[in-house]
Amino acid sequence: MGPMRRPPPARQRGGVIELRELTKRYGDRIAVDDLSFTVSPGRVTGFLGPNGAGKTTTMRMALGLGRPTSGTALVHGRPYAQLREPLRQVGALLEGSAAHGRRRARSHLLWLARSNRIPRTRVREVLGMVGLEDVARKMPQGFSLGMNQRLGIAAALLGDPPLLLLDEPVNGLDPEGILWIRNLMKDLAAEGRTVLVSSHLMSEMALTADHLVVIGKGRLLADTPMNDFIAQHSRSRVRVRTPEPDRMREALTRAGLRVSTGEDGTLEADGTEVSFVGEVASRAGITVHELSRRAASLEEAFMGLTGEYVDHRGTARVPDQAEAAPPGPDRDPADVRTERGDR
Amino acid sequence: MTAETGTAERGVRRRGGALAAEWTKIRTLPSTLWTLLTAFVLTVGIAAVYGIVLRDAYGDMDAKGRSTWDPVYSGLNGLTFGELGMVAFAVLVVGAEYSTGTIRASLTAVPRRGLFYASQLLAGTLLSLVVAVVTTYAAFFVSQAGIGPEHNASLGDPGVLRATLGACVYLTLLCLFSMGVAAMLRSSTLSLGVLIPLFFILSEVLTNVSKVKTVAKYLPDEAGRQIMRLVPWDDKLGAWEGLWVMVAWTVAAVAGGYVMLRRREI
Repeated sequence: MGPMRRPPPARQRGGVIELRELTKRYGDRIAVDDLSFTVSPGRVTGFLGPNGAGKTTTMRMALGLGRPTSGTALVHGRPYAQLREPLRQVGALLEGSAAHGRRRARSHLLWLARSNRIPRTRVREVLGMVGLEDVARKMPQGFSLGMNQRLGIAAALLGDPPLLLLDEPVNGLDPEGILWIRNLMKDLAAEGRTVLVSSHLMSEMALTADHLVVIGKGRLLADTPMNDFIAQHSRSRVRVRTPEPDRMREALTRAGLRVSTGEDGTLEADGTEVSFVGEVASRAGITVHELSRRAASLEEAFMGLTGEYVDHRGTARVPDQAEAAPPGPDRDPADVRTERGDR
Repeated sequence: MTAETGTAERGVRRRGGALAAEWTKIRTLPSTLWTLLTAFVLTVGIAAVYGIVLRDAYGDMDAKGRSTWDPVYSGLNGLTFGELGMVAFAVLVVGAEYSTGTIRASLTAVPRRGLFYASQLLAGTLLSLVVAVVTTYAAFFVSQAGIGPEHNASLGDPGVLRATLGACVYLTLLCLFSMGVAAMLRSSTLSLGVLIPLFFILSEVLTNVSKVKTVAKYLPDEAGRQIMRLVPWDDKLGAWEGLWVMVAWTVAAVAGGYVMLRRREI
């Protein structure tokens, strides 16, 4: 029995998550629709979509908790259920910590460690990593949502896995916690690990992810490097401050631009560049006090992309009744929060 | 060492990990362990009282009563109440997984559902067996001491060892049965809502209605309890017959729980 048979240690060797034509139906509703993409090591991949887009359903299938209607989800090249000592190969955070409210934090990690023959010294280590060493002997029922989230992350890190799947990890974390998890994910990716992190907040992903996978209503909308996504989907706007706003608006509209009025009375021309607006102003002989380019926010780019795929909107367009409330497990994080609070 | 034995050994240790995890889970949940302590205290406490009551009762009995005198079964009557704690323990071990979401962590750690299920049931069963032995023999000795040396039973008397060991087996099967039911229903409250009426109301009521007596004797607890009798009863199942019926119930519940765990999504 040579040492060759055993896979090399986690570090410097990520793993791959591979979804092939993954589809999940709940009765009539299609939660995940022919989804194919690959998550590569060494970078943080943001898994983005509005609430109810199918992110959690997809991650649950990758972990073997949910069964695909068709297609496959492979981690390290095989179905999750076939992994040997999976906690050493995949770290997962799903909807918080999944810890029993009356089992001490340390004990929760201890039984997990036992299940995959991870040395018990590692329990203390991960508790330190997530900043929970002071409450190691406390019961999670007294934890805040953020502390529970940290306990869940500690569980994910327990086996020092080369691949991490984190479902909405910033949920319930305070600003300091958010910064911490952001840096943690970047560090893990920098060590060569594979990190897939889901979120419904584009702004959060913009600060963390190197690569983006965007889904809406279970379908793949984009699979692209972060920078390309920004370039492709953001429309730049030009801000114009002028003493003659009415004339300026007229001139810009005549030039074929869409113009709106900003909060402070300035004008904003959509989808154009500073140089073009400058020329229009010059030709019309209008005095200009300020001319600046405003990159569209990523949030706007995201909404532009997923706009028609949003499942439940506050007001305005009302979606079809049939797709209003998904009965599946892919719930709004706000719902989850309430549930956990009641426990 | 050849490659084959190395792999096999590692496989065994891996499965041992799943069992160690389930044992750690049980051990680290004080609220679950209280149910077992309650079972012990209730059973032994009632046995102490019963022993003294039975000593006086024997004196008042006629010849017919004395001919069916069963100090073991009567002395262990407290088990009826102790069962409640044992059933609650079994239900909590399995049901808490679902009510707290721990099942998701369990199945990501041990994705082979059969292995997870077997480990959980084995850990729960072993602990309930230990508690059953301690409880049964404590109750036996306490109640026999209360009855007094003239009319009590001792372990060497015919059938006593079978009755007391049978009581341990019965309690353990009861736990295993309850764990299977909890795995089928995937909820502690629902399981207790089914099991408590079944064990503590239904069988009491049905056995007292003459027309359904024949059905009632096949209920798991009514059947399983007969192993504790020194003197068999006419309208109940025999000791071994009853135990086998109990085993059949248990196998069915455990299999049902397994099918549910395999088929349902988490």
